[in-house]
Amino acid sequence: MGVMREDLLCSGHAACPGCIEALSLRHVLAALGPDTVAVIPPSCLAIMAGPQPLSGLRIPVYQPPLAASAASASGLRRALDARGKKDTQVVVFAGDGGTYDIGFQCLSSAAERNENILYVCFDNEGYMNTGAQKSSSTPHFARTGSTPAGKPTKKKNLTAIMAAHDIPYAATASSGFLPDLLRKVEKTKAMRGFRLITLLVPCLDGWGVPEDQGLALTRLAVESGVFPLYEVEDGWRYTLNGPFKSRPVRDYLAVQSRYRGLDERDVATLQREVDEGWARLLAHAQRNCVAPA
Amino acid sequence: MKALLTGNHAVAWGARLARPQVVPVYPITPQTPVLELLTEFHAAGELAAEMLTPESEHSVMAACIPAALAGARVFTATASQGLMLMHELLHYAAGARAPIVMANVNRTVASPWAFWPDQTDSLAQRDTGWVQLYVESAQEALDTVLQAYRIAEAASLPVMLNLDAFYVSHALEPVHVPDQATADAYLPPYAPEHCLDPARGESWGNVVTQEMYCRHRRELDAAMARVPAAALAADREWQALTGRGWGILERYRCDGAALAIVTLGSMCGTAREAVDALRDAGVAAGLLKVRLFRPLPAAELRAALAGVRDVLVLDRNFSPGVGGVLHQELRGALYGMTHAPRVQGYLAGVGGVNVPPSKIVELAHRALQEAPSLEAAWA
Repeated sequence: MGVMREDLLCSGHAACPGCIEALSLRHVLAALGPDTVAVIPPSCLAIMAGPQPLSGLRIPVYQPPLAASAASASGLRRALDARGKKDTQVVVFAGDGGTYDIGFQCLSSAAERNENILYVCFDNEGYMNTGAQKSSSTPHFARTGSTPAGKPTKKKNLTAIMAAHDIPYAATASSGFLPDLLRKVEKTKAMRGFRLITLLVPCLDGWGVPEDQGLALTRLAVESGVFPLYEVEDGWRYTLNGPFKSRPVRDYLAVQSRYRGLDERDVATLQREVDEGWARLLAHAQRNCVAPA
Repeated sequence: MKALLTGNHAVAWGARLARPQVVPVYPITPQTPVLELLTEFHAAGELAAEMLTPESEHSVMAACIPAALAGARVFTATASQGLMLMHELLHYAAGARAPIVMANVNRTVASPWAFWPDQTDSLAQRDTGWVQLYVESAQEALDTVLQAYRIAEAASLPVMLNLDAFYVSHALEPVHVPDQATADAYLPPYAPEHCLDPARGESWGNVVTQEMYCRHRRELDAAMARVPAAALAADREWQALTGRGWGILERYRCDGAALAIVTLGSMCGTAREAVDALRDAGVAAGLLKVRLFRPLPAAELRAALAGVRDVLVLDRNFSPGVGGVLHQELRGALYGMTHAPRVQGYLAGVGGVNVPPSKIVELAHRALQEAPSLEAAWA
């Protein structure tokens, strides 16, 4: 891991102590560099970006309405292109609510148009900025403000859906594996077209995790296979980045109060779901050796 | 050149002549021919704009706003449900002071589904902070697109020009299409004071305090207050270049009029015939066409209607619980005026119901004979 070239996230922003989202944002920004304009919809990220007249980011930020991030970034991109600023990066920093749910329609359309945008989803698996309610990224059985008995359905598979748009690049990453994350941001900088990176960002308050355990939890998420690190290029070339699944999902659940009260059958259900997801991913990665006709 | 154009195609020609740099657009009846002609211009290399065809009007307006804030001239067009879907972004655009120009083809709002001329769609957006102009003909539509950019960029406000479904959008008329040199002389390239650009480091949309929010609204108010003068200046310069001026209000045969018909859009064409018929029959009638509806030019309306005994407002729109929007607005503008005219409102042509000149003549006689009622009456 190299030394951070330039810190584009200012100190003094309003994120919670120990926030993994702020940490992730800091590294993504540093990798992107200063010739970047960010689109940040309502989210914890927007809290870090403000309030007026201060700015937490040393780059221009446009804050769109919640349902409109990818569409807004498209308009911004086209305007910069029209003004000859084709090398300036346009990046979306959005939460999972703004991505998986209310912003999903325009996200799909921007991907279909293959707009030249990097979209980074800071996925903390719920509406954490409004006090931890369920989104379609919230995992099975997790308790939130709107699922007090635990969410009855599984998490939406954003990477698979977006890869199915045949976009140049869709990947998962995590600040627990920083060299992998930075490599992915650098890789997308050199690409054109629609690129998506989904970062798993434990929300300390929303998930019920001690302040000093956020980063450790991102590693547990990967090592338990709950959040595998992988890349999909052009919709079909899957690459598993590792580390691979090596420990039971129980280890990941135990440190989070959002999973409190799970019985053995629930834990077994989650283990089976993780195993099935992992098997599907492996099958994709193995098919990778054969180019499509 | 002179060409036979529909209102929609005249709008597309106006947009082409304005040299927009970003055009996000979504098809909707009866606006679709605007989109199709713009994409044809683009495909033929005659319109050097970035064209986007997103999945909804919400995304269209979402794309328009930061494109304008990033320093590009932006055009789009919509109608009815599309405008409804944009509603959140209409407020957002005005708050961001984005000088977008949009044509809206006035069409009924569902439910139930219908595709007829009715201005409820745009009039329901009167509080969003958009300048609103209503046009009567294809020629006026073309000229107004270019004028709208002058107003939008002078006041840093978005401008919506409204043309009635089918009566204007699909009717063919001979239209003078100015040459590009004339349009360029009238409308210099867009050079905004502020810009989203890493070289400048400016941002938009950050959370503000109560005082900052209030100050933004007051600045919006001040910008709106500058619009009537900006619109008149834009119109005068256009008239000097092309010989065609439209004003912000038009008084047709209003001199010495005892009765003035006040309305918006294509209804003005019908009302002109009615006025001629009334004058022929010895009734001193005139027409006051309201071209600029937002901001409402209250002082100009008062001056234009001074000395008139009866005003007949024709509203091709319906605001349930109030009646006609123009009727309500005009009464507000005239309230407290010394020797204010009597104002009678009629809901005429709501849902695209045909209103022939004879119907307006009949309503004029009713307005002259009856004491005006508080509520608008169904014509």
